[in-house]
Amino acid sequence: MESASGVKFEAELDREFAHWATTVPGGENIRECIQCGACSGACPMSGYMDYTPRRIIALVREGFKEEVLSSRTIWLCASCYACAVECPQGINITDFMYALKERAIKEGRYPKGFPTPIYAQEFAKLVRARGRSTESLLVIRANLRLNPLKLLKFAPLGLKLLLRGRMRPSPRPEQVRDRAGVRAMLAASGGPKARHEHER
Amino acid sequence: MSVREYVYYPGCAAKGTARQYEESLLRAFRELGLELVELEDWNCCGSSLYSGIDKVGALSLAARNLALAEKAHPGKDIVAPCSACYLSFLKAKDYMERYPELRAEVDRALRAIGLEYHGRARVRHPLEVVLTDLGLEEIGRRVKRPLQGLVAAPYYGCQTTRPYSQFDHPFYPESLDQLLRALGAEVVEYPLKTKCCGSSITGMAEWAGLGLVRALLLEAQKCGANAIVTVCPLCQFNLDCYQSKLTGLASPIPVLYFTQVLGLALGLPERELGFARAVVSAEPLLARIGSGG
Ligand code: SF4
Ligand code: SF4
Repeated sequence: MESASGVKFEAELDREFAHWATTVPGGENIRECIQCGACSGACPMSGYMDYTPRRIIALVREGFKEEVLSSRTIWLCASCYACAVECPQGINITDFMYALKERAIKEGRYPKGFPTPIYAQEFAKLVRARGRSTESLLVIRANLRLNPLKLLKFAPLGLKLLLRGRMRPSPRPEQVRDRAGVRAMLAASGGPKARHEHER
Repeated sequence: MSVREYVYYPGCAAKGTARQYEESLLRAFRELGLELVELEDWNCCGSSLYSGIDKVGALSLAARNLALAEKAHPGKDIVAPCSACYLSFLKAKDYMERYPELRAEVDRALRAIGLEYHGRARVRHPLEVVLTDLGLEEIGRRVKRPLQGLVAAPYYGCQTTRPYSQFDHPFYPESLDQLLRALGAEVVEYPLKTKCCGSSITGMAEWAGLGLVRALLLEAQKCGANAIVTVCPLCQFNLDCYQSKLTGLASPIPVLYFTQVLGLALGLPERELGFARAVVSAEPLLARIGSGG
């Protein structure tokens, strides 16, 4: 991440990455970005990000692949679409963030120990196996990978939800009847699932 | 009164943390002659967490639901109360039109399980259904218990109005304001009505999300609201369940679903609308509503 503020030689930049970015949904017109900052201004999360959305666009265009893919920014994006609606150039930054997340996961570059990518992976596993997610199970599985002690922190809220019938008390998770069908469909969709299923 | 029928897509939250949304939605809609028939064997909508892992898979998940609905309920609209599911479906429909290469991949995935996507079913949010298919006047006529004493901050969150803005403005929506007024509530001017609650990020990275939650709650209170009324399970969860972690609130502020207050105004009993499921109790407020404030 040092190179974002420091010097990077042109030859170290990743042209392939910069080009790839213009071929994914949301990235088609990033070359038209005028760096006005309307996206960063609208973004509720920009104060917590390592690079604001405007800077992400600038870095991507120049080929700062490593910085972008290992940034926390893409995993803090809450998909609120404020940036996308505000952008005077019609750039769908939100959908572009999804493409960046997908690529980061594919390359295993996400910031280690950061919760969101772990949750996303566990969510996807639950859905692939059962067709649906179960909120309580997701929290347990993600935190077993992140830091099991953290589960204690969730316990008081978990109890409140349990008492109010807002959490499934049994370990039997939500699932669809045609689980084999959902699995067959996802396999046929040719997405990247097979690749990172055996990652952990 | 004639009964209108819709395909109901609950989404995972409706079966867990948003139980009271489902309960009140089904109950209030039935009262209004709007029948919601749950989609048989629905699966995950392919929501934002999944989209960040596998775009084609996420679109296929959304499309499976749409295809199932078209097949089992031809000509019927799909009603998706969760903002994230609602957006997932709108986005899938949009992508299937705009990206033929993606569509080919999704079509292939669906064919593998004998389904076909036509894109005929409309996807709708229950707030819009109430306002369009019944209308404010009709709702007004059905009110049995005007919500006097409820001073509401109408909170739309993000994904119901953005980016597709099917029925309201992306940043300055009015539909929920109008509905609440028709129910007899007082509605405050809430400047943060479309600011994000952090969605699922709030639960995963509290250090970032709680800042947003704090701003939303404090602003509502400063505006003079005695309750926040939402249209989204993630908004309700974040504002309700993380409230006790914040300091600076003058008093706890209940976070209600619009379907709960709708049901209340229609004269339905409180116990059928799931009020007791909230972490921040609505009891004191409910005692005031209808008793003249
Ligand atoms: S709002 Fe659009 S044009 Fe402006 S900096 Fe952001 S992406 Fe670039
Ligand atoms: S969609 Fe993401 S990047 Fe855009 S404003 Fe919302 S949180 Fe920020």
